[in-house]
Amino acid sequence: MTQTSTRFPAMLANLNMLLSRYGESMMWLARYMERIENLARLLEVTEAFVRNPDGSPGWDSILQINSDEERYAAIYPLPATEENILAFYITESANPTSIRAMAHMVRENARSARPLISTEMWMQLNVFTRSMMELSTPDIRRNGLSGLCNRLKQDCQTHFGVTEGTLYRDQAWLFYLLGKYLERSDQITRLIDIRYHTLLPGGETSGSQMDITQWGSVLRSAAAYHAFRRLQPVTTTPANVVGFLLKNEGFPRSLMLNLRQVDNTLNALSTHYNLRHQCSPLQERIINLRATLEDQTAEDIISRGLHEYMTYIQDQLAALQAEVSVTFWPAAPVMTREETLTPQ
Amino acid sequence: MNRPVLQSPSPAPVSTSPASAAPASGASAKSAAGMFAAYDTPDFFCELMNRTDVLPPSLQTVRDRLAGFDLAELRHRTNTAEAQLYRLGITFTVYSDREAIDRILPFDMIPRVLTAAEWDHIDRGVQQRVKALNLFLRDIYHERHVLRDGIIPAGLVLNNPNYCEAMVGVRVPGDVYVHINGTDLIRDRSGRFMVLEDNARTPSGVSYVIENRHMMLRLMPDLASGMPLRSVEEYGLKLHQTLCEVAPEGVSDPQVVLFSPGIYNSAYFEHVFLAREMGVPLVEGRDLIVENHRVYMRTVAGLRPVHSIYRRLNDEFLDPLAFNPDSMLGVPGLVEAYRRGNVTLANALGTGVADDKAVYAYMPRLIRYYLGEDPILDSVQTNICAEEEGLAYTLANMDKLVIKPVGESGGYGLLIGSQATQTELDEFRAKLLEDPSNYISQPVIDLSVSPTLCPSGVEARHVDLRPFALTGHNTWVLPGGLSRVALRKGSLVVNSSQGGGSKDTWVMAR
Repeated sequence: MTQTSTRFPAMLANLNMLLSRYGESMMWLARYMERIENLARLLEVTEAFVRNPDGSPGWDSILQINSDEERYAAIYPLPATEENILAFYITESANPTSIRAMAHMVRENARSARPLISTEMWMQLNVFTRSMMELSTPDIRRNGLSGLCNRLKQDCQTHFGVTEGTLYRDQAWLFYLLGKYLERSDQITRLIDIRYHTLLPGGETSGSQMDITQWGSVLRSAAAYHAFRRLQPVTTTPANVVGFLLKNEGFPRSLMLNLRQVDNTLNALSTHYNLRHQCSPLQERIINLRATLEDQTAEDIISRGLHEYMTYIQDQLAALQAEVSVTFWPAAPVMTREETLTPQ
Repeated sequence: MNRPVLQSPSPAPVSTSPASAAPASGASAKSAAGMFAAYDTPDFFCELMNRTDVLPPSLQTVRDRLAGFDLAELRHRTNTAEAQLYRLGITFTVYSDREAIDRILPFDMIPRVLTAAEWDHIDRGVQQRVKALNLFLRDIYHERHVLRDGIIPAGLVLNNPNYCEAMVGVRVPGDVYVHINGTDLIRDRSGRFMVLEDNARTPSGVSYVIENRHMMLRLMPDLASGMPLRSVEEYGLKLHQTLCEVAPEGVSDPQVVLFSPGIYNSAYFEHVFLAREMGVPLVEGRDLIVENHRVYMRTVAGLRPVHSIYRRLNDEFLDPLAFNPDSMLGVPGLVEAYRRGNVTLANALGTGVADDKAVYAYMPRLIRYYLGEDPILDSVQTNICAEEEGLAYTLANMDKLVIKPVGESGGYGLLIGSQATQTELDEFRAKLLEDPSNYISQPVIDLSVSPTLCPSGVEARHVDLRPFALTGHNTWVLPGGLSRVALRKGSLVVNSSQGGGSKDTWVMAR
């Protein structure tokens, strides 16, 4: 056996050999878990705080956030009802963005990556995903939606905690982080996007009471409400909220912070695992994306079109994900230069 | 150094069961009733109770401690164990039409105990058998002395569906074909060990041997405490070492992988378990690629060479170019890379001919032929229905025999004559006459029993034993093995697919 006390595991050539399929599974495992947590937040906040003009919960907004209107209409009749939207997002197997479908994806990825993840991670995911896949409408009614959402958030957070505490820090961990930060970046733009129609270019919407409540709900669904209050004690303006969610350096779900984490993660892959060649085009994308964020104030972004900018970010993130796939798990792998030159 | 105590002191250890305070053996004649009060083993050899001579001290201790257990307590611990197995995902997957169901292998908390002397016998017997299997395989794929010398009918070997033409003339490292072997053993009425079957293809179950032990030590510490148990922890290390030893010549630091059909395979848990124990990647077909007759795995850094493959797929799925062209699980070009000696497969291709139920009948003769020794482990008398005499005997004694199709495993398609109805016998006779060469028959062996927790109390249930042997430079037998137990009363079929469970197998160091 080889020596064990080396600072960077990758310094041992043998350990620089994460299977592509494992990288992919780790990345999607993190993305789906992050997505489930976000959906739980969104459902909870919508039920409690988001209101239509007539005072009923504004369930339609969730469909908009997730760009799910078409998918929904294909399965359920319009107009959307609370009951159907909840079924669509919780138990509907035909909807890939439902809790059940995502739990299934988590399970498949966890099973694939099971040789790598810790036993504690597997055990928690095994129990969690099984119970989510067995979830029925009566279960939801019995405990109430907020009961379910709380449980989902707790289970997701337990997963992230167990992972942080037990997963070995090698390439698998870095791909896991990459997935997690990419997903958070994407989610925050979708959350902001929910209110874009109240912010027309030129910013002529008023800071009406209704508007403020709705921005408050956006903050709450990102678990940002109290952090925001600490920083912005006087006014809740759309620009303040947008600025906080996009550009704050300390808030764990802000776009800025997560793009920086994506960059850091790629950097770790590049330097510790000798993947400079693969990582540098990806890092370039992130640097450009960060620049667009750093160069504009929230007011600039709103006046130039918040929705357009959010869409731009989402497209860039999707392109980055696609490039990660092509780079690290290509359909037709190529011989690396090193391997073609060195005979076995 | 003083450290502030912020937490309340840890709670007292969970109360130990009465068993931990059980009196030393000898003073326990009365308590031995207890849990076993209603235990009855007419006619069969009981692994724990009715040994003819004086009970070895280790067994006496286990028996005395067990007798002190309360049935309710044992049931409670069993439920805890099974819940843990389920949570841990130590499961096999059963597919119905619509869904995949994860099942645990039912776990019985009463261990099966083997004395040091019994184990020594098994250990030597298994080693001898594996040696003979490897010599036989080398011979039939090269010189074929054994066929020319008329020890075994050439047709039985060369026309066997598991005989692999692609292996003819191919040298394998160390002349090892069967690197991982599972030998199914049973005990007759007198307690004599007999080989029921060799498993020389991809024997499974070793993960349960190790996980059962973990479960046992967690949940029955009071039963195991102080017992001289031989450890089963080494298996992963030894397996890795074996696969390194048989890597292609000239490779100094071989890359070993475990090749699994993937997450939908019912034994996926075991594949994960073994890959982790060895510390090697678990790969699927899509992770491997062959270029210039060399095998590579696809990593995030590009292609990396692979040298030794512990494959858990049957021959026909390994390579769509060589065998089944429809197989989506395999790797195109793998077999040619293997034939050229650029990669090692464990087990080798074409080992199925050696563990065939018809070839089994000749094993005692093969052992004598290759090793010049008498078999250490007995075989079950076997009638080969492909031979006139064997068929006639089988037809005349159907109600007393077990008749097995030679190609099947997992306890499928066999007939136990003594338990069959007249209609079943008639139907089977027709099948037998239609294709006699597909069947062998053996007398019913009264499998030994072991006390087992059943719904109505502790009762006798039939058990078998599958020790696992690894062969690289040498052969090593894991001290233990899978004890499968037929949970249905009176049943002789221990397979997990047929309602079997398992027990921890304790091999005593002294």
